Amino acid sequence: MSELTTAVPFDMPVAVDFHARQVRKFKWQDTIFHQLTLFFAFIVLVALAGMLIALAVQAMPVLRQSGPAFLWTDVWNVPDDKFGALAAIYGTVVTSVIALLIAVPVSFGIALFLTETCPACLRRPLGTAIELLAGVPSIIYGIWGLFVFAPLFAKHVQPCLQAIFGKVPVIGGWFAGPPIGVGILTAGIVLSLMVIPFVASVMRDVFETVPAQLKESAYGVGCTTWEVVTGVVLPYTRVGVIGGIMLGLGRALGETMAVTFVIGNANRIVGSLFAPGTSIAATLANEFGEADPGLHISALFALGLVLFIITFLVLAMSRWLIQRGIARQGR
Amino acid sequence: MNLYSRRILTNRIGVALSMTAMAFGLLALLWILWTLFYNGFAALSLDFFTRDTPAPGTEGGGLRNAIVGSLMIVGVSALVSTPIGILAGIYLAEFGATSKFAAVTRFVTDVMLSAPSIVVGLFVYALAVATLGGFSGWAGSLALSLIAIPVVVRTTENMLLLVPNSLREAAFAVGAPRWQVSLKVTLRAVSSGVVTGILLAIARVTGETAPLLFTALNNQFYSTDMSEPMGNLPVVIFQFAMSPYDNWVKLAWGGALLIALMVLAINIIARAIFRKKSSV
Amino acid sequence: MSAALPAANANAILSVRDLNFYYGDFRGLTNISLDIAKSKVTAFIGPSGCGKSTLLRTFNRMYDLYPGQRAEGQINFHGKNLLDRKQDVNLVRAKIGMVFQKPTPFPMTIYENIAFGVRLYERLSRSAMDERVEWALHQAALWDETKDKLQQSGFSLSGGQQQRLCIARTIAVKPEVVLLDEPTSALDPISTGKIEELINELKSEYTIAIVTHNMQQAGRISDFTAFMYVGELVEFGRTEELFIKPKKKQTEDYITGRFG
Repeated sequence: MSELTTAVPFDMPVAVDFHARQVRKFKWQDTIFHQLTLFFAFIVLVALAGMLIALAVQAMPVLRQSGPAFLWTDVWNVPDDKFGALAAIYGTVVTSVIALLIAVPVSFGIALFLTETCPACLRRPLGTAIELLAGVPSIIYGIWGLFVFAPLFAKHVQPCLQAIFGKVPVIGGWFAGPPIGVGILTAGIVLSLMVIPFVASVMRDVFETVPAQLKESAYGVGCTTWEVVTGVVLPYTRVGVIGGIMLGLGRALGETMAVTFVIGNANRIVGSLFAPGTSIAATLANEFGEADPGLHISALFALGLVLFIITFLVLAMSRWLIQRGIARQGR
Repeated sequence: MNLYSRRILTNRIGVALSMTAMAFGLLALLWILWTLFYNGFAALSLDFFTRDTPAPGTEGGGLRNAIVGSLMIVGVSALVSTPIGILAGIYLAEFGATSKFAAVTRFVTDVMLSAPSIVVGLFVYALAVATLGGFSGWAGSLALSLIAIPVVVRTTENMLLLVPNSLREAAFAVGAPRWQVSLKVTLRAVSSGVVTGILLAIARVTGETAPLLFTALNNQFYSTDMSEPMGNLPVVIFQFAMSPYDNWVKLAWGGALLIALMVLAINIIARAIFRKKSSV
Repeated sequence: MSAALPAANANAILSVRDLNFYYGDFRGLTNISLDIAKSKVTAFIGPSGCGKSTLLRTFNRMYDLYPGQRAEGQINFHGKNLLDRKQDVNLVRAKIGMVFQKPTPFPMTIYENIAFGVRLYERLSRSAMDERVEWALHQAALWDETKDKLQQSGFSLSGGQQQRLCIARTIAVKPEVVLLDEPTSALDPISTGKIEELINELKSEYTIAIVTHNMQQAGRISDFTAFMYVGELVEFGRTEELFIKPKKKQTEDYITGRFG
C-alpha cells in the first residue's frame, strides 16, 4: 500500500519521467484530435461546396451556347439540341406555390390545434404522428398520387372545378382542357400533402417558444383563444413562422418523387393548371438516365444548377429568418 | 350583435377551422397510409422476399435483389457518414465556438439539410460515375452519405452543446486531455441523442429515390458487388410503378409498403431510445 | 508586495502575486496577492460576483477553456508560475483538483468515474486500481454505500452521494491541492454536514481552498479566510481573527450582515 500513502510531488525526479511522457503523449494526441476533427469538418464543407462547382462545370457547354437566355427560353428539343429552362422553372415554381397555398393554412391550423386547443391527452400522440408522417418517404406520396388520387381527381373534382370556374374570365383559363388527372394542379396538391406534416411540426415548435406567461397574461385580460393566437402568438413568432414556411418551400421546390409521378412530364408551358407540365426535378429524374453525353446532359446539369441556386437562396433566407426569430425571442 | 358575442363567434370559427385543418391533414394522411397498406399487403408473400425482380410482362417474382441492394447501399452510407458526421460535429461543438470556418461550415450543413436530393445525385454522377467508369453501388452509397452527413453533424453538435459546461470542466479538472474529455465524457453523456440522430439520418436516406437514379442505377439480377450497378427498392418502385405491367405495379406497392414500414420502424426506435435515456 | 500576508507564508503551497484577471475588457480580479497555506483549509467569502470563484478557477487554469478570458501575474506552485503559457495545464489540473457546485458524475460506472482520472497519469495493475478506488471511496466516506454497486452508473446515486463521488474522484488522483467551488450549495443540510466532516478529515493530507457563500460554513471548517469584494481582496487572515475582530469596516459589515 506504499503507493497509496505517498502522493507524487509535482516535480519529484522519480515521477517526472512518466508524467513527462504522459504530458507529451497527451499533447500530440490532442493536436491530432484537433486536426482530425478539423479535417472532417473541412471535408464536409468541401463536399458540399464542391457540389456547386461540379454542377457549374458540367453545365458550362449549354450555358456557353445559349447564355443567360437558357433561363427564359421555353424550348426543350432534344433531337435538335435546343434547350431552355423556362418550362421546367415554371412548373417548379407553380407547383410549389400551389403546394404552399394549401399547406400553409392547413399547417397553421394543425399547429394551432396542437398547441392551443388540443385536449392534453391527445397532444403528444397527435404531435408524434405528425412528426412521423413528416418522415414518410416522398415516393409513397408519388405512388399514391398516381394510382389513387389522380383518377379520383379526374373523375370527380376536375369537372366540378370546370363547371364552377370555366366561364369566369382569366380564372377559367386555369381550369381549361381535358380532365386527365395528372398535371400541374395535381402535382401541387400531392406536394402540399407531403409538406404539411413538415411545415406543421416546424410551426408547432415555433409556437411552443412563446413564454407561457405571455399567453397567460393575454388570457388573463379576457382574450379568446383566437385572439391570443392572432394577437400574441403570431406577432411573437412571425419571423420563425415565415422561416418555417420558407423551409417548406425549399422542400417543395426540390422534391422529385412526389412530383414526377403526377405532373405528366410534358416540357412545355400551358396556361391551364390541368395540363401536364414538368418541374426541374421531374425532368432530371425522367431524362437523365437516357440522356446522351453532350449538350443534353449539360442542359440537365444546368437545370440542376438552377434548382440548387434557387433552393440555396430560399433555404439560406429561411435559416437567417429562423435564427433572427430565435435571437429576437432571446432578448 | 354586440361586441362580445361577435368576439365569441370569431373565436368559435377560428377554433373550428383549426380543428378542420387537423382533421383534413389526418384524414388525407390516413387515406394515403390506408391505400399503402391495402395495396402493399396484397403484394407481400414469401416470393416477394426470396425471388428476384421479374422480366417485363411476366408473372411472379419478388424484390430480393432490390431489398439486399438497398440494405447494402444504406448500410455502407451509414458506416461512412457516422464517423465523418460525428467528428465534424465534435469540431463544431468543441473547437468551433469562435472560428469563422466553423460558422461557414455550420451554415452550409444547415442549408444542405434540406437541399434537393436529386442535385446530390447529379453531383455524385459528375464526381464518381462519369469519371470512374459507370454506375455502381458505391456511387449510390456516396450520394446517400452526402445526404446523411449533414443530419449527423448537426445532431451531434446540437447534442454536445446541451452538455453542461460543468461536466466538461469536471473532466478537465482531473487532468484529462481534450480528446478524452470529448470522446469519453461529453460524447458519452449524449450518446443516446447522437444514436438517435444517426438513426434519423438512416431513416431519411432509406426512402431517398432521387439520388440513386443516376448513381446506383438498377440491376434486375441479384448482386452483392458494390462496384456494379445495384438493384435498390426506391428505384425499382419508381420504375415498376411507372410501367404498364400489372405485376410490376403490384410489386411496386409491396416495395413502397416495405420501405414505409422500415422508415417508420427506425423513426420509432430512434424516439424510444431518446426518450428512455433522456428521462434519466 | 502586499503587506497583509499572514504568518503561514513560509508554509505556502500556492503563492499568488499581483494577479489580475480579465473577461475580455472587463477586469474581474484586481491585484490579488495571497498565500494558500499547505495542509490548511482556506475559505473565500464575499457577495455574489466578488470574484471568489474566478480566483479559484485561476488556480487550475480552468479559464483556459474560454477564449477571451486571461490572467496576468503570478501563481507560484513548487517554484513555477502556473500562469506561464508553457506550463502544461493537464498536469496542473491533476495536481490541483477541483470539485464543482453541482455534482458532475461522468457518464460511466462508479468504478470508472474514479479510475478515469487515475489512469491518466499512473500505470496501475488491476488489483492496485481496485485498491485505489476503494481507498478513494473510503476517503470520501462513500465506500459503505457503494461497495455493492461499483458497476452501476454514477447517476444512480443521490445528489449528496454524487458530490462525494466527485470528491473521491478528485482525491483518487492524489492531488496536492483540492479546490472546492461552493460544493454544498446544491445539497440538503444532511449531505452538507457530511461533506463538511469530510473536509475536516481531508485537511491533514491535502491543502484545501473552498469558495462558499455561507459564512457559518467558512467559520466552521476553515483555518484562513479571505474576504473579497468587487474583484479585490479586502481582508485575509486567520479565520477566528477575521470573524472576531476584522480589521476592515467592509469585512465587519459583511460578516455581521449589515452589508448593503
